[in-house]
Amino acid sequence: MPNPILTVSNLSKSFSGVRALHNVQLALHPGEVHALLGENGAGKSTFMKILIGLLTPDSGEIWFDGEPLRANNVHDVLKRGISMIHQELLTVPELTVAQNIFLGREPKRWGFVDEAKLNSQAETLLQQLGVDLRPDARMKHLSVAQMQLVDIAKALSNDAKVIIMDEPTSALSDTEVQTLFGIIRDLQRKGVAIIYISHKLDEIFALCNTITVLRDGQLIDSRPATDYTPQTLIAQLVGRTLESLFPEPNISTGREVLRVEKLGQPNKFEGISFSVHAGEVVGLGGLMGAGRSEVVQALFGMEPHKQGRIYINGQPVQIHTPQDAIRHGIGFVGEDRKQTGFIPALSVRENITLICLPNFTKRGLVHEPNETVAANRTARDLNIKTAGLGQRVMHLSGGNQQKVVLGKVLLSKPSLVILDEPTRGIDVGAKAEIYKLINQLTSNGIAVLLISSELPELLGLSHRIVVLAKGKQTAVLLREEATPQTVMQYAMA
Amino acid sequence: MQWPSEMNTTKTLISSKISGQLGQYGLLVAFLLICVALAIISPKFLTVQNGLIIVTQVSINALLAFGVTFVIITGGIDLSIGSIVAVAGVVSASFAHPDSYPVIVPMLMGLLVGVAFGALNGWVITRSNVPPFIVTLGTMTIGRGLALILSKGRPVSNLSDEFNFLGGGKILGIPTLIIILLVAFAVCSVVLRKTVLGRYMYAVGGNEPASRASGINVSRVKMKVYVLAGGLAALAGILLTSRISTGQPNAGEGFELDAIAATIIGGTSTTGGTGTMTGTLIGALLIGVISNGLDLLNVSSYYQQVVMGVIIVGAVVLDSLKK
Repeated sequence: MPNPILTVSNLSKSFSGVRALHNVQLALHPGEVHALLGENGAGKSTFMKILIGLLTPDSGEIWFDGEPLRANNVHDVLKRGISMIHQELLTVPELTVAQNIFLGREPKRWGFVDEAKLNSQAETLLQQLGVDLRPDARMKHLSVAQMQLVDIAKALSNDAKVIIMDEPTSALSDTEVQTLFGIIRDLQRKGVAIIYISHKLDEIFALCNTITVLRDGQLIDSRPATDYTPQTLIAQLVGRTLESLFPEPNISTGREVLRVEKLGQPNKFEGISFSVHAGEVVGLGGLMGAGRSEVVQALFGMEPHKQGRIYINGQPVQIHTPQDAIRHGIGFVGEDRKQTGFIPALSVRENITLICLPNFTKRGLVHEPNETVAANRTARDLNIKTAGLGQRVMHLSGGNQQKVVLGKVLLSKPSLVILDEPTRGIDVGAKAEIYKLINQLTSNGIAVLLISSELPELLGLSHRIVVLAKGKQTAVLLREEATPQTVMQYAMA
Repeated sequence: MQWPSEMNTTKTLISSKISGQLGQYGLLVAFLLICVALAIISPKFLTVQNGLIIVTQVSINALLAFGVTFVIITGGIDLSIGSIVAVAGVVSASFAHPDSYPVIVPMLMGLLVGVAFGALNGWVITRSNVPPFIVTLGTMTIGRGLALILSKGRPVSNLSDEFNFLGGGKILGIPTLIIILLVAFAVCSVVLRKTVLGRYMYAVGGNEPASRASGINVSRVKMKVYVLAGGLAALAGILLTSRISTGQPNAGEGFELDAIAATIIGGTSTTGGTGTMTGTLIGALLIGVISNGLDLLNVSSYYQQVVMGVIIVGAVVLDSLKK
C-alpha cells in the first residue's frame, strides 16, 4: 500500500468546554474511498471543517502530502489540494458553468477575464469527467445532480488530491447516483482520495474501501469495509447503552389528545398516521431529511399539509397557522431556537409572556406586575438562571434560552407539546433537566410529541416511537420493541 | 461551576444596562452640550421666541419620525410619508375653504387619505414578498403624482380661519403645534411601551419567525404599523398646510429622510427590534437645534446638508461600535 496522502493524529477540538472531537486519528491513502460514519453530533462536521481550514483544532497534527498542514485558511487548504463538495451546494446561480468552476481563479488577459480560455479549460475538464454539459450554460438552469458535477469539476480544476463529499446523493435520483458512482470510481483510479460522508449503508458498502466510525467525538473504529456487515456497522454506530440520564417514564397514560390520519404534503411526507395520549411521550424517529420536522411543523400550522386529518381530543380540527394550533392547545418548541424560539433583544419576562400576552392586560394596557409574577413562577419552576427577569435572552446560555422557550410554551397551558430536538447544542446538565421536565409534563397529563436525532434520548424518553424514512411512516414501535438496531433498520428502510 | 457562570451573567447584565443607558444619556448630553455651546456663541439662541421657532420646526419632523419609529422597529421602512404629507395637505385644504365645511371635515378627509395610503403600503407588503423599501418607494411616487393631479399642480389656498388655527394658533400662549406634538409623543410612547401591539412590534422586528411561532399575527402587526405611519404623516401634512395656509402639492419632499434620520440618531436599530420614542424625540430635537444653530451662525444651507449627513452616519457608526 502506498504512503497515506493525509494523516491525522490526536486531533481534538472543544467548543466552550464541550468536547466535539477527542484524539481522532485518520489515515487516507491515494485512490481510496473512505467512509466517515457517525450519528448526528458525532463530530463529523467539526472534523471536516478542521480539514478544510474553517476551524482550528485545539491540538493534534495533520500531515498532508508529506508536509504538516497548518489549516487556518480555507484558501490555502484548497490550493494545497483538499476540496469539499458541500451538502448545500455553494454555487452562484446567475453565472455560467465555466465561471463557477474558475470562480476566484479566472484566467486573465490584459487584466480582463479571458472568456475563451475559461470556456475551453472548463470544457476539457468536463470531458475528462465524461460529463455532457455546456460550459456556458447558466448554473440556475441545471439540476442538482449537474450542479454537483460542476462542483466536482471545480475540485478537480484545483488539482484536488483529496475530495470530501458530504451526503452527495441526498438530492439525487437513482440514475444520477449511478453516474456519480462512476465518476468516483474514475477519480479513484486516477489516485484521488475521497472521504465519503453518508448515512446510506448500501452506498457505503457499494463504494468504500475503508470505514471509520465516530461517536461522541471519538474514533470508535477504522477498518476495511469487508470486515463489516450492515448489522455490525449499525451496532458500532449507535453503540452505547442507555444511560441512567432518563427518568422512569410516566406509567398512567390517559385519553387520546392528538390523532393524525394519513397526513401528507407532496414531496415532503405522506401517509403519516399516529396518535398521542395524555401523559404519553411519542417519539418521531428517522434520519436527517426523513420529514420529521416537516410533519410537526405542519401540525403546528407553520408548513402546509394538503392531505389527511388532524383530531384534537377526538374532534376534527383545521390547522393552517400557528394561531390555529395554539388555540387548539398545541405548544411548539422548534429545532432551531435562535430561528423560531426566542426574541433575542426582548427580556426574559417579555419572552415568557409572548404567547399569552393578551391575558396580561388591564384596560388595554400590558400589566407589568402580573407579567412579572407569571414570569417569576416560570423561571423558578424551570430553574432558569438569569441575572433578573429584565435580562435580554440573547445574553443567556443555550440551556437557559431553551428553558425560556419551554417556559413560554408551557405558560400557554397546552395539552400537547411538540419538542423538536429540544436538547440540541446544550450541555449534559441542562439536558438532564429537560428530560426531568418532560417527565413532569407527562405526569401532569400533558401529551408530548418528541423529535430527537439522538437515539438514546428518543429511546429513553418515548413510550412509543413512530419511525419515518424518506417521508413515509415505516414503523410504530412500542417501548419494549424499540432498540437502537430496530429504529435504525426502519429509519434506513 | 455555577458560581462563575452566574457572575458572568450578572456582569453582562450590568454592562448591557450601562451601555443602554449611555446610549440614551449620551444623546441627551450631546443635545444639551450643543444647546450650551449655541447659547454661548449666539445670544439669540436662548430666547423664548427662538425656542418656539425650533419646537414648531421640530414638531412636523417629530410627528413623521414617530411613525417611522414604529415601522423601523418592526424591521420595515416607509419612504412614502413625505408624499403623504402633500396628498393629505392638498386634500384637507380643498375641504377647508371658508364657509364650506366644518373644520372637522378637512381634518378627517386628510387623515383618511393618510390611513388609506398606510393601508395600501401594509397590504402590498404583507401580501407580497416585495421589500418595504420598494413598495413605499412606489407609493411615494404615486402619492406625489396624486397630490399634483388633485391640485392641478397649483397650491390650494384661501383656507378658513378655523383651519388655519390648527397648526398656526396658540392656546394659553402655547403654539398648538407644540401641544399636538406632546400629546402625540405621549400616545405613541404608551402604544409602544404599554400595549400588546407595541410589544408585538418589538417581537416582529426582533425575530419574525419566532413571533409567528408564538402565535402573533405578523401581517396584522405590520399592517397596523404602516397605517399608524400613514396617519401620523397625514396629521403632519394637515398641520403644515394649516400653518402655511396653503395646500402645497410639492410639500414634504425629502421629509421622509429627515424623519428616518431622527429615528436612527435616536438609537432605533436599522435592522429592527429595538428603539424608543424618547430617543426619536431627542433625535428630532437634535436635528432641529443643529440646523437652527447653523442658521443663527449664518452657515449656508449647502454646508448644513453636509453637516447633517456627517451626523447621521456618525450616529450609526457610534451605535455599531457600541455593539
